[in-house]
Amino acid sequence: MLNRTPLFLAKSGYRSRRMTDAARLLPVVGAFLLGLPAIWALPAGGAYSTATVGVYIFVVWAGLIAAAAVLARHVPKSDPGPPPPRDQI
Amino acid sequence: MPFNLLVLFCVTYVLILFAVAFLADRAALRRGEGFLRSPLLYTLSLSIYCTAWTFYGAVGYAARSGLEFLTIYLGPTLVFVGWWWVLRKLVRIGRQEGVTSIADLISSRYGKSNGLGILVTLIMVVATTPYIALQLQSVTLSFNVFASDAPQNWALPDRGATATWVAGGLALFTILFGTRNLDANERHHGIVMAIAVEAVVKLVALLAVGIFVVWGLAGGASAVLAQIDASRIAETPVQMGRWASLIAVSGFAVLSLPRMFQVLVVENADEDHLARASWAFPAYLFLMSLFILPIAVVGLERMGPGANPDLYVLTLPLSEGYGWLAMLAFLGGFSSATSMVIVEAIALSTMLSNHVITPLWLKIRPRTEGAGELRLVVLTARRLSIAAVLSLGLAYYRLSGGSAALASIGLIAFTGVAQVLPAVIGGITWRGGNKVGAAAGMSLGFAVWAFTLFLPSFGPDAVMSAQVFQQGAFGLSWLRPQALFGTEGMDPLVHSVMWSLVLNTAAYTLGSIATFPGPVERVQGAAFVNVFDGEARGGLGWSRGQPEPEALLEMAQRILGEEPALAFFEAETRLQGKAGYLPDPTPDMVASLERRLAGAVGAATAHAMIAPLFGQATVTVEDLMAVANETAQIMEYSARLEAQQDQLGRTLRQLGEANALLTQLSEQKDAFLSQISHELRTPMTSIRAFSEILAEGGLAPEMVTKSGGIIHAEAIRLTRLLDDLLDLSVLERGAVHVTLGTVDLAAMIDRALAATQNVRPERSFEVIRDWQSEALFLHTDADRLVQVLINLISNARKYCDAAQPRLQIAVKSRAGRATIDVIDNGTGIPKADQSIIFEKFARLADESRSGGAGLGLAICREVMANLGGSIAYLPGRKGAAFRITLPLRFVPKLGESVASSTVS
Repeated sequence: MLNRTPLFLAKSGYRSRRMTDAARLLPVVGAFLLGLPAIWALPAGGAYSTATVGVYIFVVWAGLIAAAAVLARHVPKSDPGPPPPRDQI
Repeated sequence: MPFNLLVLFCVTYVLILFAVAFLADRAALRRGEGFLRSPLLYTLSLSIYCTAWTFYGAVGYAARSGLEFLTIYLGPTLVFVGWWWVLRKLVRIGRQEGVTSIADLISSRYGKSNGLGILVTLIMVVATTPYIALQLQSVTLSFNVFASDAPQNWALPDRGATATWVAGGLALFTILFGTRNLDANERHHGIVMAIAVEAVVKLVALLAVGIFVVWGLAGGASAVLAQIDASRIAETPVQMGRWASLIAVSGFAVLSLPRMFQVLVVENADEDHLARASWAFPAYLFLMSLFILPIAVVGLERMGPGANPDLYVLTLPLSEGYGWLAMLAFLGGFSSATSMVIVEAIALSTMLSNHVITPLWLKIRPRTEGAGELRLVVLTARRLSIAAVLSLGLAYYRLSGGSAALASIGLIAFTGVAQVLPAVIGGITWRGGNKVGAAAGMSLGFAVWAFTLFLPSFGPDAVMSAQVFQQGAFGLSWLRPQALFGTEGMDPLVHSVMWSLVLNTAAYTLGSIATFPGPVERVQGAAFVNVFDGEARGGLGWSRGQPEPEALLEMAQRILGEEPALAFFEAETRLQGKAGYLPDPTPDMVASLERRLAGAVGAATAHAMIAPLFGQATVTVEDLMAVANETAQIMEYSARLEAQQDQLGRTLRQLGEANALLTQLSEQKDAFLSQISHELRTPMTSIRAFSEILAEGGLAPEMVTKSGGIIHAEAIRLTRLLDDLLDLSVLERGAVHVTLGTVDLAAMIDRALAATQNVRPERSFEVIRDWQSEALFLHTDADRLVQVLINLISNARKYCDAAQPRLQIAVKSRAGRATIDVIDNGTGIPKADQSIIFEKFARLADESRSGGAGLGLAICREVMANLGGSIAYLPGRKGAAFRITLPLRFVPKLGESVASSTVS
């Protein structure tokens, strides 16, 4: 009687839940991709040249920004929540 | 570019910023803050992350360590892209609790403890003072770049004087626009607008220099890439430990730097702006870092080994003869430095005044001294704090001599402010985190940071003796500042980041686990961790005691000033549906007052000011449990109410049905009465008529016989009718006399069939029986059962409207009970009538076909009930179908009058 959250959601609700999951996942993916240059640098002199690694980082960076922009549009808006501390009078 | 022109430009730029701030403040006052609340402004104000350290220092950093400078921007990118994890919760908590600074957040979360507030303030002031000095240094250095062009008669300001002028100007600006309002939650529109303008200027400036360098000097993107690989930058590859820990530390710092917390949480006007900033701010960082490496490479190539790489942004265009571009770059650097210093000063002054000066003042002068007195104290404290913070930065700059490379100071500050993060993250995700743990973690982390990174940064023998460096504190070799516990050979920064954060987190978690939190801590912990659950926050702390509303008003006036306090109290009174200025001091009202005060002086001070008005200042764990119990009881009670309501609904429906039945029966009863009158009247009329004829005499004997016969027949009819009525009333009262005996069912069916032969004898019925199943002996009242059978069979004979009427009698015995079905092949009884045929006065609509008064089936039902069985209409057969159910062996209940007989 107290727990009224439905077990299954309609399509739109389901979609926004998965978008939230994607928003949670994005920094993990980003951390992995941006961590790779540290591993490439392990062999003496590095596996790739500095310019190549630099281009790689900027491409990943742009990808993260684009993905975040798409997700920001699709994650649910914050509910109005409680009113902010009383309006200034 | 002549030096005096530069100064003129600079002053003009500053005047424009003053004007922008002034106009924005005025516009917000006049037209409301609508247009000032946009996600774009929010994102641009976040750009104060990019200080002069980014603008000048990043190029120097890149020239020294290659790609590593990118970590400073990749960390915040990951934090913002992952805003759903932490930022969203921080902003929500900040808005809900009216948080004024990161020190306030921590003190509020851990039981509104001012001690923690002081600790955080101390950490922040110590860690960021060098950072502010760094900004002053960058402005001074950039001035000096132009100084070589200064005319001979121009009194060249020395390094210290420039820094002093800049610091003074910034203090003035910050005090003017940063301390207009007491309530820290009120947006600083002027300042936000000004730093947004500065954000655009620094981005445009850096992009302009970058584009000039790539396409103007180096000859295109691919040429620059080739140049990068050919330069000495390519010889310093990424180092794994530094790469990972710098990304982590810069990610932590973007959350805990006082100025970032200020714009991110305190100045946030709308939570949805965060969604936009989650990609727009990383995009800003992306653009800011895009041309750093090309500028560094081209600078290294063209400027020679003697030039300071920290100033390539400025010196490259200048040496190529592009004075205006250098001017733009100078303004960009100036913007970066000033906007950072302004916001940092506001954030630090809020902490200092709310956690150090105001509590101190309250301790010295706890007595009320008139309305608004405290407000004046807090505002003055804030202004003095701003001046103090800037003086501290200036002093640091003068003492340190401004020699250290810019980047190293920045990283030291980042690591320092990151020490509050375990307490913040733990505080918003783990209800078990408590004050002791937070204090232990932050103190230990701060101490380790100071010992391993901050103090050594001054060099051997400056603050720490070279002996400590070599042999460790107190001569203990495992306490060497750059090789704690024997971890030798590590990069000093990675070493410090690792040990400070590991020991910090360990002390925080162990301290929290080992000790017990106070009740306010537990309330706050639940409120912070479950901020998205939308549970209403009652004034849990203020459920006991009744303060005088006048006392509350007096106290509010001390902080807010007379008019705002009165307005607040009036609004609260109106909210309670009363008139006047004195609301009832309900827990809700007091909690909302506390939040309002917390927005001005911080949670700890607000709590400490309200508490004495309650007589008993502390809430106990028992109070907490009591309130929680109350809530549970209320929930249980409402669940019970709901169940009762369901029950009531069901009963109501049943009552409605019963009422409908009663109404129908009442109508039938009326109909029955008129029918019975009619039935009684018809024979009476003929009896009267014929008896009158007889009384007149002179009739032929055959007429007399006939009349007598008619009178006799009618009298019998009357008697039968009255017998039926009598029989029914006896049956209903349960006073029937049952004569039990063992009887053969087939014989009884025979008797019933024989007795009904003369009902509509003109129709020939086909009777279908199953002799085998009828071979059943029952212990029951034979006469009564036969009466029921006769009734059913005669009904079938009377009403069956089939062309070839057929009657089926089916018998079954199961589980000690016998069922006898009497089924004809007529049209049956309409569904609507099925529920009433057994009622006493029921008569079906088609009266023409009925001979009786509608008592037959009612009698049958009563008879069967008296025999321990039942009779029901069987729906779903082709015609009318009745089922009699009765026990094979009827054992009457005690008290019933039974006569046993062996006769059958």
